[in-house]
Amino acid sequence: MEWDFFVKELVPALNRGLWNTFLLIVPSASIGLCVGVLVGTVRTFGHPVLQKIGDGYAALFRGTPLVIQLFVLYFGLPNLGIYLEPYVAAVLGFILCTGAYQSEYVRGALLSIRKGQLLATQALGFSTLQALVWIIVPQALRRALPGCGNEIIYLIKYSSLAYIITFIELTGEGKILATRYFRFTEVFLAIGLYYLVMVTAADFGLKKLEKKLYIPGFGKG
Amino acid sequence: MINPEPRPVLQVKNISKKLGGKQILQGVSFELFKGELKVLIGPSGGGKSTLLQCINFLIPPDEGKISLKGQEIHIHRKRDLYAYRQKVGMIFQDFNLFDHLNAVDNVSIALRKVKKMTRSAARERAMVELERVGIGDKAELYPAQLSGGQKQRVSIARALAMDPEVMLLDEPTSALDPELIGEVLTVIRNLAQDGMTMIMATHQIGFIRALADEILFMQEGRIIEQGSPFDLLMPGRNSRTQAFCSKLQELSEEPEV
Repeated sequence: MEWDFFVKELVPALNRGLWNTFLLIVPSASIGLCVGVLVGTVRTFGHPVLQKIGDGYAALFRGTPLVIQLFVLYFGLPNLGIYLEPYVAAVLGFILCTGAYQSEYVRGALLSIRKGQLLATQALGFSTLQALVWIIVPQALRRALPGCGNEIIYLIKYSSLAYIITFIELTGEGKILATRYFRFTEVFLAIGLYYLVMVTAADFGLKKLEKKLYIPGFGKG
Repeated sequence: MINPEPRPVLQVKNISKKLGGKQILQGVSFELFKGELKVLIGPSGGGKSTLLQCINFLIPPDEGKISLKGQEIHIHRKRDLYAYRQKVGMIFQDFNLFDHLNAVDNVSIALRKVKKMTRSAARERAMVELERVGIGDKAELYPAQLSGGQKQRVSIARALAMDPEVMLLDEPTSALDPELIGEVLTVIRNLAQDGMTMIMATHQIGFIRALADEILFMQEGRIIEQGSPFDLLMPGRNSRTQAFCSKLQELSEEPEV
């Protein structure tokens, strides 16, 4: 009977939830990183007006709790006639939030690139956009990678907030089961273990990527 | 070596520039003819570096005109400006190699992205230029793995690959250890002998004596003396340049070139 609960109830439910968690994390992390790179670059090198807009975006999404952002997207937007699926609202919220944080890591890395790099591109006849795409951003990304990876790991964990706006992922599945069987300790320990494994795998992948992108003079060898 | 044409390759007219409330350049003019090597010399803060950066608009001049082969350059016509900069090679004091690219990619990236050459053609050309400055065997190394002299030679190869009409050299050896200066000066000497048109800020007096067609002595944003090394550096000439150079020579014995 003990075994049955784990094998027949808990593991299948958590695996189902894990799949949904993946569906949240993969687009949120990848699109969020792209948003971060774009916004971070605009905030550093963009037209002054665009810089202000980017700063405003980052201030708003770093300055308010993620739960509130999700509530506004899911429960608030219908007041304006915009109805989002729970999944869409969750992914959109995560992208906007993680993008704001990523832009800050990217901005810091861009500011650390020596001014001479830009001068050299100009002297060779690069346009500003060409210089950013081929020279400045590739260098900055390598410097930003540890911070950006940290944000992705954080995202894996805050993806659990999606169940609050009724998208049932890992934490949501577990909570339903825990309430039904009144077995909070086992269920939440199991969920914790699932997250720990996911984060460990992500960390491993990020370290691999750092190694793959390693170039003498950037980071440690 | 001087082979004057009726029209200068580069014409700099009345360049003025104010930076941070200070007048750095005050109406500087000179002309550079094909195959000429002119040298900028003078105390630091005199405006040499600002002048060179004004010539390719890395620092936009407040006033004055710059023309390449009779064609005036307007900074607001972006397309023309980018095309002009491709024809004006720039060598920086601290090299400014692209830190994330190895030597051959440092040379080929502008060929690919700016001149739109294919990857293989760009690489081939880059290798030719690296061989020309004597570091073909270092093609796969990254800037962090090169010595200062090697880095500066890569940066010269990078400029040469663009087929420049003129080269601007901003104290190319002043960030180098003394034993590495010779290898870079040798490359520049070879360029001069191949007929490259150049203006160079430097304090390497032996090099200036041997190779400069004209010395421009700059102080407080003006060219206050100009003439051939023979005119300005002959003992007993009593020129400002002469006084400055003998002081330099007292301070350091430089390697022979």
